[in-house]
Amino acid sequence: MPKVPVQFALNGEEKAEFVESGTSLLTLLRDKIGDTSPKGGCHQGTCGACSVIIDGELKLSCLVLAETCGNASVQTTGGLAADGVLHPLQRAFLDHFAAQCGFCTPGMIMAAKALLDRNPDPTREDVVEAISGNICRCTGYEPIIQAVMAAAQGNSQRVA
Amino acid sequence: MKLAKDYFADERADGLHEIGRGLPRADLPGHVTGKTKYFADRSIPGMLHLKMVRSPHHHARIRGIDTSEAEKHPGVVKILTARDVPHNVYTILILIQIGPEDEQVLAEDKVRWKGEAVVAVVADSERAANEAAAKVKVDYEVLPAVFDMDEALKPGAPVVNEYHGQNYYLYDSGECRKVRFGDVEAGFAEADFILEETYRSSPIEHAPAETTGCVVVPEGNDRFTCYTNTQAMFFTLDNTSIILQMPGHQLHLVGGTVGGGFGGKVDVIVEPIAILAAKLTGRPVSFVYSRYEEMQISSPRAAEKIVIKDGVTKDGRLVARKVTGYTDAGAYSRHSPYGAQKGAAHYPGPYTVPNVWIDTYCVYTNRTPSSAMRGFGVTIADFALEVQMDKLARLIAMDPLEFRFINAYRDGDMKAHRQVTEGAALIECMQEASRAASWPVAKRFYDMSSRGEG
Repeated sequence: MPKVPVQFALNGEEKAEFVESGTSLLTLLRDKIGDTSPKGGCHQGTCGACSVIIDGELKLSCLVLAETCGNASVQTTGGLAADGVLHPLQRAFLDHFAAQCGFCTPGMIMAAKALLDRNPDPTREDVVEAISGNICRCTGYEPIIQAVMAAAQGNSQRVA
Repeated sequence: MKLAKDYFADERADGLHEIGRGLPRADLPGHVTGKTKYFADRSIPGMLHLKMVRSPHHHARIRGIDTSEAEKHPGVVKILTARDVPHNVYTILILIQIGPEDEQVLAEDKVRWKGEAVVAVVADSERAANEAAAKVKVDYEVLPAVFDMDEALKPGAPVVNEYHGQNYYLYDSGECRKVRFGDVEAGFAEADFILEETYRSSPIEHAPAETTGCVVVPEGNDRFTCYTNTQAMFFTLDNTSIILQMPGHQLHLVGGTVGGGFGGKVDVIVEPIAILAAKLTGRPVSFVYSRYEEMQISSPRAAEKIVIKDGVTKDGRLVARKVTGYTDAGAYSRHSPYGAQKGAAHYPGPYTVPNVWIDTYCVYTNRTPSSAMRGFGVTIADFALEVQMDKLARLIAMDPLEFRFINAYRDGDMKAHRQVTEGAALIECMQEASRAASWPVAKRFYDMSSRGEG
């Protein structure tokens, strides 16, 4: 099968790969580039575990064709900690016990980041709406909502 | 949060350093940075993908299997049928002598539920494996199926699983697990009111965020490394050893963080066939459930039917309880005979009842095999018991919380399955709950204690 060149920025770093036409961005990131922070929970756009930010917009990487990402800027939770320092959202998730099995966490953090990037002062309802496409089957939504609110308020002291 | 250490002060040293203190979870830094490694977070060069051909029928005899077209499909490396599996008939709990072996790894003579694995197709891409699987031809003779436990237990019902011979699990105690305590009929005679109710539940899917799967790498010296998200590493190791007739030292199972299990990853389903495929091809093999398979194929919580007959006095004493419980195992045992047995021990609930009669049945039907899920055998029982307690309280016009205080078990009480109650704190929990919920009860219940008459 003919391969298609794709060149894009992943967390600010240039990447250039050849992919089979039809390959999802999720597969490209995980299997070829080795960023396994986006997870494949359903591969059909229903669980949100594969969420990434493309050019500032929250996207489900399992439904994005890799070949459409030319020149795009892609952000993942795997690249969020700068020089080993946790992003405020990561800090807040840690402090608020906002993960159990952890499988939904990278996608959840991307959904939260996309929200805070466009609305730094969200209401609780805004947060609930923003993570409504991300399923946590350990059902720990409440600490997740609290973590996002705390990160927005620049306040992530431990509450456990 | 308040930790009430005084309840057990005489039993337990209070100089505890960690209990009652908030501590960060050790795995959270990995979770929030996306660095936690799940079994599928590794790419292995040359990896093959395994996909199953599954039964479209609830119950059918297999007349023949034709894989010739599938074998010619581009990318196909190997096709496995029952003949390739060294010890094809197994059951998970044979490890603790709960037999008989009653389930085929790949169906050979019959399929007993819609979705049962029949043929495994191994190809160099998921797409090729799926396309080739669609080309496998299986000739079925459809048989009558039974989906309801009451129907399954009637004389003349289709036999679901010949390894059992009848549609219930035969315990050493007979057709069900039995608990007999006191004289239940004498208890009913003593009662002012008798209430008999039937409770039913449907199967529940765990739906973990991460689907069931494993990745197998053949190593040198005939060893196989299997990265798996099993919740039951030693069930997997030992059952794989039996199914593949392979000594344990050839099997290197690597677990790790499970992306949600809730009991749904306790069965041994993907690893034996994936390791066999890796052995027969000499290449790494990935077998990961699709979301569809996770929802339709993996074991759910069993459906249950629970009939409770209680005798109660006007002053609120439960004097007799008779329970008949039915657990729908689906087509195979997996963990259900154990779940039904747990129910038998649990049914009186946290209450002291002097006269108890319990029968719990593990029933086979042509439904998806059920298995472990969060307190299986007990959770649905508690739902039924507590709804029943509310109904009983209403029947005698008593406050439902006070009714529970009257019947709560206390230290020293003999339970129906002949265990003496110790370490009880139900009364103290209800006292706290009463205050927290602003649901007052009479003073005498606040004076009660699990340690004595109070």
